[in-house]
Amino acid sequence: MNLLLKKIILPLTDFPLEVDVEIQHQVTAIFGPSGAGKTSLLDLIAGLRRPKSAFIQLGERVLTDTAARASVPTRHRQIGYVPQDLSLFPHLSVQKNLLYGRKGNGAPDSLVSYEHVTQVLEIGPLADRRVANLSGGEKQRVALARALLASPAILLLDEPLASLDAALKSKIIPYLARIRDEFHLPMLYVTHDWNEVQALCTEALIMERGKILRREGVT
Amino acid sequence: MTAAEWQLLWFTAWVSALSTILILPVGLSTAWLLARRDWPGKSIIETLVSLPLVMPPVATGLILLKVLGERGVVGGFFYRHFNVDIAFTWRGVLIALAVMSFPLLVRSTRVAFEQVNPRLEQIARTLGASNARVFWTITLPLASNGVIGGMLLAFARALGEFGATIMVAGYISGRTATLSTEIYHSFNNGEDSHAYRLLGLSVALAFLAVWSSELFMRRKNPAK
Repeated sequence: MNLLLKKIILPLTDFPLEVDVEIQHQVTAIFGPSGAGKTSLLDLIAGLRRPKSAFIQLGERVLTDTAARASVPTRHRQIGYVPQDLSLFPHLSVQKNLLYGRKGNGAPDSLVSYEHVTQVLEIGPLADRRVANLSGGEKQRVALARALLASPAILLLDEPLASLDAALKSKIIPYLARIRDEFHLPMLYVTHDWNEVQALCTEALIMERGKILRREGVT
Repeated sequence: MTAAEWQLLWFTAWVSALSTILILPVGLSTAWLLARRDWPGKSIIETLVSLPLVMPPVATGLILLKVLGERGVVGGFFYRHFNVDIAFTWRGVLIALAVMSFPLLVRSTRVAFEQVNPRLEQIARTLGASNARVFWTITLPLASNGVIGGMLLAFARALGEFGATIMVAGYISGRTATLSTEIYHSFNNGEDSHAYRLLGLSVALAFLAVWSSELFMRRKNPAK
């Protein structure tokens, strides 16, 4: 992965988000306490917030360049975003949630197949269920699968395990590792749990009050 | 109930329903824009939308009459080009009901749209959905109970409209008379039993419409 986040300035309530970093690892953690600006950074990459200044480039594609007044619309960014609250569509079945991103984003369908994703995440039997009837871990896997099935160029995972208890976390981490190993997608993994960083990531950006304080390799 | 009373009920009900359907596209668009977008002059539009709620209905009716009459901007245009009258016809009734019930539709559906979690719409966009697809597949289904409730409330308002209707369409028996204008006319002419029968009918209809509106608005959507 080569993700450039340059000259990023976004005023937040208590402090500005100010980031200038290049990310090259496949799975990079953004590690820091709650309220450090981690979610805002993911929102900027996904095009969900307008920065005061930013240059964001993923691979060869410039997604945001405020100097040139250029911004790729969210729906064309090919970003797989799993937010902290998962945001599964409550009025749709699991299958309809999974297939929501299969049309309309212009991404080639063949990158990941429905069968492959549902098999890797073991959610095939849930297809006809209502979202409300899923357990926490099942919801987590459905949200991951939905993001994957939109054939994203990068996965943004915002504290995907924060709402789960320790037992469930240990069950979900292997699924995330399988996503990492099976689909070879670059991932930005927001967390404030160092155990998750060690289990999944190869690099961590330590963030506090809107700034990246340092980067650490993870072994 | 006499045949004339049934005919009156039928006319009032269908013209009220048609007015609700007529304002639906503009009402939903306005409600969505007010709920989801900020733009310069938004508060002016908010105020204008609510004006018919607080202005004397006869004043609204007078404005409509000036616009829709044969010498009015809109009424004159239709009369000259299509030989169609609006004022003092069923079309006048339709427009009066539409204008008077518009604020209720917008206010109810705006609240319904505001209660849909915007994060769901954002995530739909990251999945490649256009604004239109997000609206039709996420926002509207999740706001559906509030939207239906708002439609029923607008319908109920239209059923009972009097002031603007009498100004724009007058009282022409069998042509522009609605339940409320007929009650007024009958009572003035001493036809008390006829007026009270229509009164009972009005109360029953209004109760049914408002009650079902409340039921829909209180019903929980799958999730907000």
